[in-house]
Amino acid sequence: MTATINRRSARRVSKVDRFLTLIRVFLVGLIVVGILAFLAQQFAPDNPFTRWRNPDAMGLSADQFKGLLMSGLSQGAMYGLIALGYSMVYGVLGFINFAHGEVFMAGAMTGFIASEKFNASGLWESNFLLCLVLIVLMAIGISTLMAVLMERVAYRPLRNSPRLIPLITSIGVSFFIQNAVMGLFGPATKSYPQLPEWLAKQRSILTFEIAGTKILVLVVAAVSMAGLWFLVERTKTGKAMRAVAEDKEIASLMGINVNRIIVTTFAVGGAMAGVAGILWGLLFRSVTHMTGFLPGIKAFTAAVVGGIGNLGGAMAGGIALGSAESIAPLVILEPLGVPGVSQLKDAVAFTVLVLVLLFKPTGLFGERLSSEDRA
Amino acid sequence: MSATMSAPSSTSSTSPAASSAPALFDLDWRRIGKWGGLCAFAIALISLIGMPVGLDRRTIIEGRLSLGYLALIWLPLLFGYVVSKRVVLEGVDTPDPGARDVLAGLCTGLLAGLGPLLLILGIDNFNLRKPLVNWSPQLLELLTFGRDIGYGIGAWLAICAVLGMLGSTMHVLPKDVRRVVSIVTFGLLFISVLEAAIDDLSEGFGLEGLTDAMYAKRGGLTVKYSIILVVVLGVLAVVTKGRVKGATNHYRGLKGAERKRASVLLFAGVAVLCIVLPMFLGKIMNELLANVGLFLLLALGLNIVVGLAGILDLGYVAFFAVGGYTTAVLTSAESPFFAPELHFGFALIVVVLIAGLTGLVIGAPVIRMRGDYLAIVTLGFGEIIRLLFMSDWLKPYFGGAQGITNVPHVDLGFAVVKGTDPRSVFYMILVFCVLAIYVSWRLQGSRLGRAWMAIREDEQVAEAMGINTVNTKLMAFVVGAMMAALSGAILAAKVGSVFPNSFMILVSIIILVVVIVGGMGNILGVMVGSFVLIGVLGGPRQPGLLQEFQSYKLLIYGALLVFMMLQRPEGLVPSARRSQELHQEEFLQDVWLKGEDHEEEEAAEEAAAEEEAEATAEGTGDPA
Repeated sequence: MTATINRRSARRVSKVDRFLTLIRVFLVGLIVVGILAFLAQQFAPDNPFTRWRNPDAMGLSADQFKGLLMSGLSQGAMYGLIALGYSMVYGVLGFINFAHGEVFMAGAMTGFIASEKFNASGLWESNFLLCLVLIVLMAIGISTLMAVLMERVAYRPLRNSPRLIPLITSIGVSFFIQNAVMGLFGPATKSYPQLPEWLAKQRSILTFEIAGTKILVLVVAAVSMAGLWFLVERTKTGKAMRAVAEDKEIASLMGINVNRIIVTTFAVGGAMAGVAGILWGLLFRSVTHMTGFLPGIKAFTAAVVGGIGNLGGAMAGGIALGSAESIAPLVILEPLGVPGVSQLKDAVAFTVLVLVLLFKPTGLFGERLSSEDRA
Repeated sequence: MSATMSAPSSTSSTSPAASSAPALFDLDWRRIGKWGGLCAFAIALISLIGMPVGLDRRTIIEGRLSLGYLALIWLPLLFGYVVSKRVVLEGVDTPDPGARDVLAGLCTGLLAGLGPLLLILGIDNFNLRKPLVNWSPQLLELLTFGRDIGYGIGAWLAICAVLGMLGSTMHVLPKDVRRVVSIVTFGLLFISVLEAAIDDLSEGFGLEGLTDAMYAKRGGLTVKYSIILVVVLGVLAVVTKGRVKGATNHYRGLKGAERKRASVLLFAGVAVLCIVLPMFLGKIMNELLANVGLFLLLALGLNIVVGLAGILDLGYVAFFAVGGYTTAVLTSAESPFFAPELHFGFALIVVVLIAGLTGLVIGAPVIRMRGDYLAIVTLGFGEIIRLLFMSDWLKPYFGGAQGITNVPHVDLGFAVVKGTDPRSVFYMILVFCVLAIYVSWRLQGSRLGRAWMAIREDEQVAEAMGINTVNTKLMAFVVGAMMAALSGAILAAKVGSVFPNSFMILVSIIILVVVIVGGMGNILGVMVGSFVLIGVLGGPRQPGLLQEFQSYKLLIYGALLVFMMLQRPEGLVPSARRSQELHQEEFLQDVWLKGEDHEEEEAAEEAAAEEEAEATAEGTGDPA
């Protein structure tokens, strides 16, 4: 702690600092002006402030806004589930498992293959809930297996190397899995079978019009999160995990099998990603070999937003990122007169990452890392 | 200490028969199971990914061996080799290789044969075509060699067992024989794989007769010439024994003026080769060389950022895009918003300036982040820039998804560089590459270069030594950005248009693989990396010599990256300093094990070993 204070006071304000301040001011200004323009447009679409940037502004209706929020929340819950894997691995090993997105993709792919088989046999229509439980279990199994294998083959031999080496390796792993899946199952986009009517139809809850699938996603995410919380905070394994995250050497001196705990961490992260994969399949009903790439990076963003190593933070970060990604283009960019804002959804997500790292690099809820990883 | 430790090992090696003969079947079954199972899995995976069927059309040896089968049979050979490979540890008793190892290889091969066996039985009895696209009758036919199931199974078990045995036999052979065998095998492989290049070259020199006889009409070496080549290569291998190493050692041993003269001669030789060779090559080969040069330029830039300064920049493609788009906007008449139609030469100056500025703007916010955060954030920037170029928002300026077309040819007064004439493009790229190599080389030894390396090794210590780490790292970003932008500018002029989809994140990752496989922080390594990877496998959109690999090359890039990081993180042609950094623990351990009193000798020996390793790496790298 003292070291950081000393360094900060010793550093003179350099040109880079001034430039960074400029960027911060600019970004905040942009967001504030965007929101103001949005508000102006909401209250009176015909005022000069709105017309200045966006002559044909129409404003959002309350229903539209709620719809955006709900799709942002459900997508965010999914990001949160994937983010847990990033966060846990970073907390324990101190490196970004870039291939975690591929674990998620494997879950979605497993779900597709299984659900198609179920659909062909008619079970999908006659007993959807059983199928859902089965495909979730299968996805969890495959994703967990994949994450554990990954750790065993690619990351364990590199445990003590410089921190960028496992990151580069994981990029290779990610690339390999993507293309292997493409080779195995073909490059075409695969569609999940039709969902039953009772699940897919719109429901109205507390004035929110929301599709049943989105409710399902939110519920499953909440249940998984609760399960994970129980595992980490209330069981012996969880305690060991926290100990290993704090300090590997001392944990091993306390009789904890560090290797086993690391494998468990990967397994739990993989299981969460598997669940997220199924949710993705239900929500968007399509999966390709590239499905894991962008959600993976965004989930990492979510983990950073919430504070890496912090599990509650990862979930909250996911939800925050999902909502921001869904709302910001229409609330900040559109009122500023940017056309085709839906194309910039991904750019918004990355901008959120840059914003968080510029303003609060430790994330919204603070990071939890061992002392050596904090450097 | 060392004397007592070496005593038991010497006794055991003097009587290998006594110690190993009764234990012929006392093999390390776990190890065999592990590698054999892995091999079986790998064979099944490669088959199901579709490589054998996809590559079957390309023949290696006429009527005998196709690339499709080659994609499978190298595995038991390699795993047989690996299973009998032993790490010789200081002070640990290691028995000499013998019959046991060959037996281990045989068992591994047999186990590996389970892969095709299960696959044949599976495809014959079940239909999994639905999820697995390559679960096809074609694969079955290929695996059974077009005959019945029993024949296929028997043949694969036999092939795998023999190959596994051959692989492990390599350890038993004397060193010289091993050398000859590997030179013949790899030489034959090279000559058949590089068929297109050799054909093209011989046509340029008017030697079609030779290649027409050597290669069959539908590709692949003829059987007669394969045998002749084996003999020729074998004789060559025997004749050149020790010569190559001797020559490089002689060169390294030269001092002062003599060494300078030798270097100038060497350089002149390479220069003449680079200038003369393209004149004898056809369009396709020149195009290939131009692509290699384009990626070499990119890789040299990334080498400065990743290799020297140790900053993992995954969004490097952003600068490539900026270079391409700036050139297009400045020179093309079709540029939608601002079309000054400058000459390429003037545009280049602006490109370099704008790229430097972009480097500063992107670099400044990220430079203080943790290394891994920086990697992801730059990746984000790389994607943002592509999304912006593609968006409707900036469409009035950059043309959206349609990009900017009609980038004019480069008129140099005495010659015109245009995409339809790849030779001219190659010469232009050559000029820029030479420039970039010179700049990289000068920077490496400069104050700035040494500061980069210091930061790479330990940022805190570097800061304590009075290096302004932020500015120095920014400089690396800027220099790297400029090189990438130059490459982008050439790409725009070569293709005649720019599209946002030429600048996917994929490009960054492929360049990263090139730098890492070649050898981070080593210019020669980066050159070897670009030649081997881009030349043979091809770039993200550009085909390489092995055009058949088009759909599998990304898979191979991924696997290569993992393999290199696990086995040889310093790359094919390592930079001495970098490999010492990466193997620091091993170095220290060796020193500790061998006793502290020998430390000085140790250091000298290590330096010699290091140099030798580099020499051999260069020796193997050159013909590629």
